[in-house]
Amino acid sequence: MAQVTLRKVVKKYDEVMAVRGVDLDIADKEFIVLVGPSGCGKSTTLRMIAGLEEISGGDIAIGGDVVNDVPPKDRDIAMVFQNYALYPHMNVYENMSFGLKLKRTPRNEIEQRVKQAAQILDITELLDRKPKQLSGGQRQRVAMGRAIVRDPKVFLFDEPLSNLDAKLRVQMRTEIKKVHQKVRTTTVYVTHDQVEAMTLADRVVVMNAGLIEQVGSPNDLYHLPATKFVAGFIGSPAMNFIPCQLEQAAGALRIRLNDKLSMPVPASRTKRYASFAGKPDLVLGLRPEHISETRPHAEPDQHDFDMPIEVVEPMGMETLVYFTVNNTEICGRVNPDAGSAAGQAMKLRADLSKMHLIDNSTGKVL
Amino acid sequence: MANAAIATGAPSRPVKYRSMSHNRRWAMRWSYFFLILFVVFFLTPPLYMLITSLKSSSEISAATNPWWVYKPTLSNYEELLGQNQYLIFFRNSALVSVCVVIITMVISVTAAFALARMKFWGSATLATGVFLTYLVPDTLLFIPLFKMFAFVRDTTGIELMNHWWTLIIIYPTLTVPFCTWIMIGYFASIPKELDEAALIDGASWMQTLTKIFIPVAIPGIIAATIFAFTVSWAQFLYPLAFTTSTDQLVLPVGIVTTLIKGDVFNWGQIMTGALLGAAPPLIIYAFLMDYYIAGLTAGATKG
Amino acid sequence: MADIAAPTATAAAGNRRSSLHKLVQRKSTIAFLMALPLILLIAILIVYPAGYAVYLAMLSKSMTKFVGLGTFEFILKRQVFWDVVYQSCLFAISAVIFKAIIGFIVAHLVHNIPLKGQRKWRGMLLVPWVIPPAMSTLAWLWLFDPSYSAFNWILAHFGIGAIPWTGEAGWARFCVILVNIWAGAPFFMIMYLAALKSVPEQLHEAAAIDGASWLQRIWYVNLPMMRNIIAITALFSLIVTFANFDIVRVLTAGGPLNATHIFGTWSFKVGIESGDIPQGAAVSLFMAPILAIAAAFILRDISRRGSEV
Repeated sequence: MAQVTLRKVVKKYDEVMAVRGVDLDIADKEFIVLVGPSGCGKSTTLRMIAGLEEISGGDIAIGGDVVNDVPPKDRDIAMVFQNYALYPHMNVYENMSFGLKLKRTPRNEIEQRVKQAAQILDITELLDRKPKQLSGGQRQRVAMGRAIVRDPKVFLFDEPLSNLDAKLRVQMRTEIKKVHQKVRTTTVYVTHDQVEAMTLADRVVVMNAGLIEQVGSPNDLYHLPATKFVAGFIGSPAMNFIPCQLEQAAGALRIRLNDKLSMPVPASRTKRYASFAGKPDLVLGLRPEHISETRPHAEPDQHDFDMPIEVVEPMGMETLVYFTVNNTEICGRVNPDAGSAAGQAMKLRADLSKMHLIDNSTGKVL
Repeated sequence: MANAAIATGAPSRPVKYRSMSHNRRWAMRWSYFFLILFVVFFLTPPLYMLITSLKSSSEISAATNPWWVYKPTLSNYEELLGQNQYLIFFRNSALVSVCVVIITMVISVTAAFALARMKFWGSATLATGVFLTYLVPDTLLFIPLFKMFAFVRDTTGIELMNHWWTLIIIYPTLTVPFCTWIMIGYFASIPKELDEAALIDGASWMQTLTKIFIPVAIPGIIAATIFAFTVSWAQFLYPLAFTTSTDQLVLPVGIVTTLIKGDVFNWGQIMTGALLGAAPPLIIYAFLMDYYIAGLTAGATKG
Repeated sequence: MADIAAPTATAAAGNRRSSLHKLVQRKSTIAFLMALPLILLIAILIVYPAGYAVYLAMLSKSMTKFVGLGTFEFILKRQVFWDVVYQSCLFAISAVIFKAIIGFIVAHLVHNIPLKGQRKWRGMLLVPWVIPPAMSTLAWLWLFDPSYSAFNWILAHFGIGAIPWTGEAGWARFCVILVNIWAGAPFFMIMYLAALKSVPEQLHEAAAIDGASWLQRIWYVNLPMMRNIIAITALFSLIVTFANFDIVRVLTAGGPLNATHIFGTWSFKVGIESGDIPQGAAVSLFMAPILAIAAAFILRDISRRGSEV
């Protein structure tokens, strides 16, 4: 049983609050990813769980025991660092066994555990090499091996893939997922890359400015963001945010973008949004894939409009088109064969059934 | 020419340049020429030592071409190495230097680790202070030290004057500050994650130092060791001030004070003695040049 | 689980801060103990003697009476002292300037030749720095010998009469400076070479495309990039040269007629050889202000270097 619990955890550096009260329950065997922009406090939170940073306030419990004062070595955790932090003078075997040796684990048990971990990670033939002689991906595996060998209650990953090139990163991402499926150890993983977060996590924790914005499964975060920050952070290209008004006219609720452009709110949402009609400072959130080229026959909650296209970015399987509404640059994803061209008007279709209405003053999704 | 260029379509070349490689070659030749001049300037004294050391005293006093050995002989070397006295100088120097190196490295490596990694109240100030003490020269300290020795004798009865081992106590003042400074710089360049990984692996501070930092910092330790050795081997003022009996002298002082007797200069032997005395640092330098240079440049490029 | 954890936490909250405090304290205590030998060494054998020197300088010659600044006043009235001040400044400043110039030129020469040959040349050029100065100065002493000087032998072939190298005040001053330059220039060369290597090659290429000649490239690219190292090395060398002892002691022992005495050698002569400890201490203390100023500048430059990174 290795749950991790954070209660009102605070970290202060002199006068700066790096973490401003984080509450989080991580279940046994769960893979949790902390994601957020740099400086959001995700790494600090991880390092507090590891015991590398003192906690300024609140409590951290691992497996039910409060570990605030417990030194890192007694927390039964293992950590994988961004720069791997392999001991350069030890070979792979020594690197992986160092922790066990310090704990005076019997030699044959060490050997067995290292061999087993090496097998899981497919690095058996690298055991007597020095870190210098390894590629980036291999070092990454060794760093994970060092963690697995110790069979800890919790794995902590601090941006472990940031130093790898794009191709290897994708490969190692899958590798980490596979390893977790094999060993099923509770894992806390920090990254600034939302794709990594989405692909790896059972649940994603989005952090911003020292606070948790939202906790949820990758799909929940993508489809049901709770705040404008989460909506904008998750997804690439990012969600479009268009200033708008909500009008109540003749019993129908309409989203008005400007004098010329207004669209009816889908029937499924009218009840939810009714009370916000006339509210100032509203923003329409719409993902690029929900703005596409028009199709021959009309569909419910989908609205066509003409737009002069400013920039066209062919991506291969799709084409991104950019245009401006209310001084805001909007991105849409259209079929490569839809005949989009910069400088020309194009008939587009917005799928409002997937819309989000955001109160810009509070940053909350309504 | 312009017409021709248009006609053929070839690019025209209004100014004639000398080729790049031509310029390069001449720059290189001049570089080598001046380098040879400087090498001659820098190597003349040691070569002259060697030349003289191979001459018999009769050849020296005959005032033949001083830059040439007509009848090379090893008699100077045999005579010097046959003397008990010179061997004692050599032994004293070796003992002092080795002990100073050991003391220096123990003190400076542990202190540098504490200052670079563990941080305690006043550690930043102390690190700066260490560097400043390195700038306090021996010429400022030898007189108060001289007096302090007298004070120690008067209060405890321990005679520190005129003993070669006293130098073991004094020399670390010259070596420890700089070696600590080098090691602080070296330890600071080791990624923070490495000691965090060790901490998580369950290593104590002492284990982190001995099992991780010292092995990783071996190049820095070699550089600091070489520095400590050369400084102790070459130190001249302290032994000159604090030791007088011939059996307590170290090499530099021994050669200068015993081989020069009044106005009688036995130059063949002096040069032999000096050359042999310069040999240990030169040999170390020949084999470990890169570490030697790393140690030299560390002071200004780190920290 | 959280429900179990929370009460435990509250219960422990009282002791927690203090025990955490202890943990932190323990770490800094260990650190302090590890640094203690260093602290003791510096305190007992460097800081204390330096302060003791000030006290000693305030005693009477027989060291029985406290005379305050009397010894300093006495020294300031001696002509020899002013000769020493003059010679020390001449010695240190001219030697450092020439060492810096030679070091700068040689560093560029070495940097100019193909990389694989550089090691060999650098190796030969650093030899003077490696030989203990007391030993190498003996070689110079022999080269400058009044009757057997190997330099005079060469000069004789060009019809130039014997030069009294260490026998005449002007020449003796020239000689001690020359030997100091010889011994110290390689250090400058190594430092400047290291600095040169850190100047990005692209900067030279960009300057070359902008039409800079090699001299302009040195002046506008290398010199500004190396400015900090040049300053640190020169200041450092200024301290060491100013406080020099070995070279002057072996080559001239301050002679002829005190013409080449610098602070170090004169305070040795006065304090140890003549046994006037207070005066010797006072003489050496006159170095302190100059050393302190140079040290302050070094510290400033090093911290500036640190913040550049």
